[in-house]
Amino acid sequence: MNGTLLASPEVSGFGGDPWWLVVIKAVAIFVFLVVMTLFAIWAERRVVGRMQQRIGPNRVGPFGLLQSLADGIKLALKEDIVPKAADKAVFILAPIIAATPAFLSFAVIPFGPEVSIFGHQTRLQLTDLPVAVLYVLAVASVGIYGIVLAGWSSGSTYPLLGGLRSSAQMISYEVAMGLSFVGVFLYAGSMSTSEIVNAQAHGWYAVLLAPSFVIYVIAMIGETNRAPFDLPEAEGELVGGFHTEYSSLKFALFFLAEYINMVTVSALATTLFLGGWRAPWPVSLWDGANQGWWPVLWFVAKLLMFLFVFIWLRGTLPRLRYDQFMKLGWKVLIPAALGWLLLVATVRALNTEYNFDTREIALYGGIAAAALIAVTFVWDLIAARRDEESAVEHEPEEFDAMAGGHPVPPMPGQSKPALTGVGATTTAAGPDHTATEDDR
Amino acid sequence: MTVVEVMFALLGVIAVGSAILVVTTQHLVHAALWLVVTLGSVAGCYLLLSAEFVAWVQVLIYIGAVVVLLLFGLMLTRAPIGQSDDLDSPLGQRIAAAVTAASAGAVLVASVVTSFRGERIDLSDDRVAGSTGDVGAAVFRSWVLPFEVLSLLLLAALIGAIVLSRRDVSAGPAGARMGVVDEFGEIAEADGVVR
Repeated sequence: MNGTLLASPEVSGFGGDPWWLVVIKAVAIFVFLVVMTLFAIWAERRVVGRMQQRIGPNRVGPFGLLQSLADGIKLALKEDIVPKAADKAVFILAPIIAATPAFLSFAVIPFGPEVSIFGHQTRLQLTDLPVAVLYVLAVASVGIYGIVLAGWSSGSTYPLLGGLRSSAQMISYEVAMGLSFVGVFLYAGSMSTSEIVNAQAHGWYAVLLAPSFVIYVIAMIGETNRAPFDLPEAEGELVGGFHTEYSSLKFALFFLAEYINMVTVSALATTLFLGGWRAPWPVSLWDGANQGWWPVLWFVAKLLMFLFVFIWLRGTLPRLRYDQFMKLGWKVLIPAALGWLLLVATVRALNTEYNFDTREIALYGGIAAAALIAVTFVWDLIAARRDEESAVEHEPEEFDAMAGGHPVPPMPGQSKPALTGVGATTTAAGPDHTATEDDR
Repeated sequence: MTVVEVMFALLGVIAVGSAILVVTTQHLVHAALWLVVTLGSVAGCYLLLSAEFVAWVQVLIYIGAVVVLLLFGLMLTRAPIGQSDDLDSPLGQRIAAAVTAASAGAVLVASVVTSFRGERIDLSDDRVAGSTGDVGAAVFRSWVLPFEVLSLLLLAALIGAIVLSRRDVSAGPAGARMGVVDEFGEIAEADGVVR
């Protein structure tokens, strides 16, 4: 009943499946996500191990593949502790709220084109909506509640701080994430995932809308609370963050939610920017690459590539400080996304309303941009010369090492006073310092 | 009654019931959570009326941003676990609030009922309004002036929030201390959250 009601002319080919096919698809997605989670945890530990010159788990099963399963069983057998000061109902509800939306958003991710399952022609996608990407965003924003409420209901200081941090973080990065989608919507002319994949038949949006792609990739790491943006659970500062007081299966649910969210944002990135299930370039020359069950392979390969990037970043980058992180989100990503969006919208309007060719626009735009860069370059040269002239007159400020009653480092524009006494020549800052380094 | 009508009525009952719980519960954070239930069931109503775009925007903005911010503010200031006894307002205030709420509701119901006059919209028709394109056309063509006025209001609120939260501007004559970063200025600006 609802299916026919909610169907829209934009998205055809959905809502016609028999009930058993819908059940099969739903179960398949659930199994896929759980297996991906187990695999991702194992892969993360192995890959990070390799990056840190150690082996990683290799005892349980071949190559340690069953390690995450063993960990899961261990978690389930542990004592379930509810703190005395906790708000019981919310404390139990929070992990459920965190985990459920993580599964839900996968309903609109296309795994492949139309295939035949037991004689039924059907698409490899549970369902599609005219506003599917919006649905993913909305569902993800509900997931924030799990973390905020977990932090609050624990009745403990560190989880509360962790919960606050992560809610601020996720709200901030959701804005940048949403803005990075708008360019894709403008080009695809739809918010439905299957339509967006279809629109990328002749070129991926990761190439056409490269800045959007970069902004999305940064925002998706911030959104999933992963390193280097894993401030909500910064061990050095907040013990375990929002899940400090959680144990046993409730903790396992948070763990599950984190990894499924990783898979979900990766799948969304694949769908919106990397052509979804479409074959990558050299393979796409083969006619059969985008038919039948092959696309599932391309889709999973792209997904795994994103997961590897997640793990790689975790093995490579140190955690950002909280204020640096917020600065990056609000002062870099959002303005950059808005500026880029303005450009995309202008080009798109010229394309559709005035029939300008994108190449033509790129040519004129490029000339204008090059002229602008040349002008600023010349301007900088003149300004630098003027600065040089004025710098001679400018006296360096007096530096008081004990300003305000406590020792302070020199501010910009102030210079350290020359040191006197033993070792003054080797410890002096500036060019002398580098000279001594070279001498060694 | 069709299934849709029954579900619509159920969602309406949930929305009203949880809205009453928002103002009657003794737990501060629970009040915010009941507000989530209210807004969620209103989103469900939109969904049943085949206005998918509006429904998901409702979830995204109201549940995903507005109430999260509300919770955020609560937790920064005070969010006790358990009952708070000081949440009860005096009886006179309660009566005034109830009368205001009831009359506002009556005005809204009356205006909706009189403007549609029993007109029924067939939702099974594909061309029915509610798609993203229709909403966009309505907002940016016929209702563009109210839209712009609202965005101006939001802009004013935004600037107001910045002015209120910046201590280095509010203290002393206007702009006298601008650019002077006080002891915690740098942290307050970027961090503002944990402190």
